[in-house]
Amino acid sequence: MADASNHDAFVEFERVQKSYDGENLVVKDLNLSMPKGEFLTMLGPSGSGKTTCLMMLAGFETATHGDIRLGGTSINNIPPHKRGIGMVFQNYALFPHMTIAENLSFPLEVRKLGKSEREEKVMRALDMVEMGAFGGRRPAQLSGGQQQRIALARALVFEPELVLMDEPLGALDKQLREKMQFEITHLAHRLGITVVYVTHDQTEALTMSDRVAVFEDGRIQQLAPPDKLYEEPQNSFVAQFIGENNTLEGVVKEINDGVALVQLDNGDLIDAKPINVSQPGERTRVSIRPERVEFNKDRMPEGAHTLKAEVMEFIYMGDIFRTRLRVAGKDDFFVKTRNAPDQVRLTPGQEIEIGWLAEDCRALDA
Amino acid sequence: MSDTTQNGSVLAADGTPLKRSLARALRRQKIRALLLIAPLLLFVMLTFIMPIGDMLFRSVENDIVSKTLPRTVVALRDWDANSGEAPGEEVFTALAADLQIAAEAKLHTRVGSRLNYETPGISSLFRKAGRKVKKWDVENDGPFKEQFLEIHKGWGDPDVWRTIQTYSPKFTNGYFLNAADLQKGADGPEWRPEDEQIYWLLFKRTMFMSMVITISCIVLAYPVAWILANLPARSANLLMILVLLPFWTSLLVRTSAWKVMLQQQGVINETLVWLGLVADDARLVMINNQFGTIVAMTHILLPFMILPMYSVMQTIQPTYLRAAKSLGATNWTAFWRVYFPQSIPGIGAGSILVFILSIGYYITPELVGGTKGVFISNRIAFHISSSLNWGLAAALGAILLAVVLVLYWAYDKIVGIDNVKLG
Ligand SMILES: Nc1ncnc2c1ncn2[C@@H]1O[C@H](COP(=O)(O)OP(=O)(O)OP(=O)(O)O)[C@@H](O)[C@H]1O
Ligand SMILES: [Mg+2]
Repeated sequence: MADASNHDAFVEFERVQKSYDGENLVVKDLNLSMPKGEFLTMLGPSGSGKTTCLMMLAGFETATHGDIRLGGTSINNIPPHKRGIGMVFQNYALFPHMTIAENLSFPLEVRKLGKSEREEKVMRALDMVEMGAFGGRRPAQLSGGQQQRIALARALVFEPELVLMDEPLGALDKQLREKMQFEITHLAHRLGITVVYVTHDQTEALTMSDRVAVFEDGRIQQLAPPDKLYEEPQNSFVAQFIGENNTLEGVVKEINDGVALVQLDNGDLIDAKPINVSQPGERTRVSIRPERVEFNKDRMPEGAHTLKAEVMEFIYMGDIFRTRLRVAGKDDFFVKTRNAPDQVRLTPGQEIEIGWLAEDCRALDA
Repeated sequence: MSDTTQNGSVLAADGTPLKRSLARALRRQKIRALLLIAPLLLFVMLTFIMPIGDMLFRSVENDIVSKTLPRTVVALRDWDANSGEAPGEEVFTALAADLQIAAEAKLHTRVGSRLNYETPGISSLFRKAGRKVKKWDVENDGPFKEQFLEIHKGWGDPDVWRTIQTYSPKFTNGYFLNAADLQKGADGPEWRPEDEQIYWLLFKRTMFMSMVITISCIVLAYPVAWILANLPARSANLLMILVLLPFWTSLLVRTSAWKVMLQQQGVINETLVWLGLVADDARLVMINNQFGTIVAMTHILLPFMILPMYSVMQTIQPTYLRAAKSLGATNWTAFWRVYFPQSIPGIGAGSILVFILSIGYYITPELVGGTKGVFISNRIAFHISSSLNWGLAAALGAILLAVVLVLYWAYDKIVGIDNVKLG
């Protein structure tokens, strides 16, 4: 994947810092490079600086330090209206005093397009989001999902190459959200536009993006495609933040041939894959995905490490079963199993052995 | 559950048309709401609607003549005002009887001054006659025509009698004619002599100056409201206190301050002379004229423009401007096409407030307006407290009210009253 020195990078952040008050850095050393046509999602908890990054790219905030480049040229001194970046705001920001068609035609008017051309483009954009019949209405007369689509159409109608979206689906219900997620990715790929998308919903990030940048505390913690992010988290924040995750804490005893021997706090020993631990004696947090844990002796992988566990709770969730276990003195260890005909349903109080492959068990920073 | 009948109207669950059951449900709510506000409604009725009603009534009411001179009014009914002669003996007999009763009750002077509004000089006729008539024996002392003429030969003037006849009905449009610089002539309303026309000019001046004041308020208030709405809350509050400060000082003090500023020996003139921009013998006249009135009233009414503008602007989210800019609009286009239209309701509300307040303003024009800068309300005040012609004052007030309503209606047609927001 692209890195900061890539030459065909379309959007680049280089060592960007941002402070609002001169005391705290909201964005600390941001480096990011996106090729054309990529769908990149910024994911992170509230207050981690996602919107700030987007605003710097759009030109509504200036970077305190560093360089932002678009298509190879620095845009630090270009005013927002000359950047040609489409933007979908969190609250849509549709102009309430204009009809839908007028809203869409606004960016074309300020670009001094002719009337017939404008009307044609507006019609095409409305059809694209399947809102062709709503041109004469006011934003207040539309539902949330419809407004969202109009906001999208308005950001796309002047054919920008880069579109920024700040939690555009935040206000929608689950079903509509999923439908819109699909529609947005579909449209973005069809039109070949580059998208920077902000969300704090990890499912949204995983399902929509080519790459996800996980933000925390003003830094990108990991920038990777969704599958890598989920399966190979680089630190314990990412492991915790993306998907469900079991953690066990302990100390590294030794590291041999890419396998770390970890002594858990209750004295048990397990094997783990060292990710960001390098020396014996370091404290570590071991992370295992619930669906990678096996307790059926017949299916236990070859050479798996096992630990004793006590079943605390069995939760039926339809397609899967979630079982809560007490492992190594902690009782928030979860196992996920598929609801298959031959699947064992554990009962509370049962004593079992659980195990996993060493490479599924990642020793991360404490 | 709803159902549709053949003719397309939707039925509610119990089979009644949905429209009707909705109306019933809403009616109950409305009655409840009405009961809740009943005390307020009563208060508004008593203190607001009734005085206005009383004023409207006074502007046409005229029962003083027919009440005080009942017999005369009846006797005068057959007299032809265009005959050029005073009425006959029977009218004077009736007048003697009426006046004797009126003089006992000391009411004759009041009729006199009422009629004096219409034909100057009548009040002295009544005053003199009243004094004499008291001593007459109405049954036996006739004929009276000669005796009345002896008291004052004005009693033989057909114009005096025409006035009495014209104002004998219980209701009159005389006050309104008067308020519009008209008078009752031999054949219908006619213009008053050029030198007596005053109200028409005053109305025009009041409208024009209120308009100028409103426009200057808009121009001055818009940037202030904008700054208030866009400043961080702390500094905005501080600035807001400055805006409201004038409310805490007396109107008289503020107006007098303008006198100090604007008079020929005042601060501004002194400064200009000192700077050499104005010659010492050509000091600017800025007070006791329209200019002074406009300046002082703009200052006094400015908060009424700023406050509604501010509260509307506060609700305009900054993301709209950002959205406009991200769509390619320059700062000016973003302001003019996106921000300004959304702030119009504030301008509308402020303009209506300021215009209506200034149209009825009284103190400031009285103090700094001189003769060229007085408003119609100063004239109304004069009729209420000095000339005691309440009917005319009421008619002027009613006309003012009508003008305001017409303007309001026009505003609704042009801008739309739902486009007015106070917050
Ligand atoms: N205009 C501002 N002035 C001062 N501080 C600000 C301003 N805007 C944001 N911040 C601070 O910067 C930090 C990052 O804010 P930002 O809006 O970028 O977060 P975010 O990641 O978008 O969060 P969310 O998911 O809640 O939208 C926050 O701590 C916030 O308080
Ligand atoms: Mg945000």
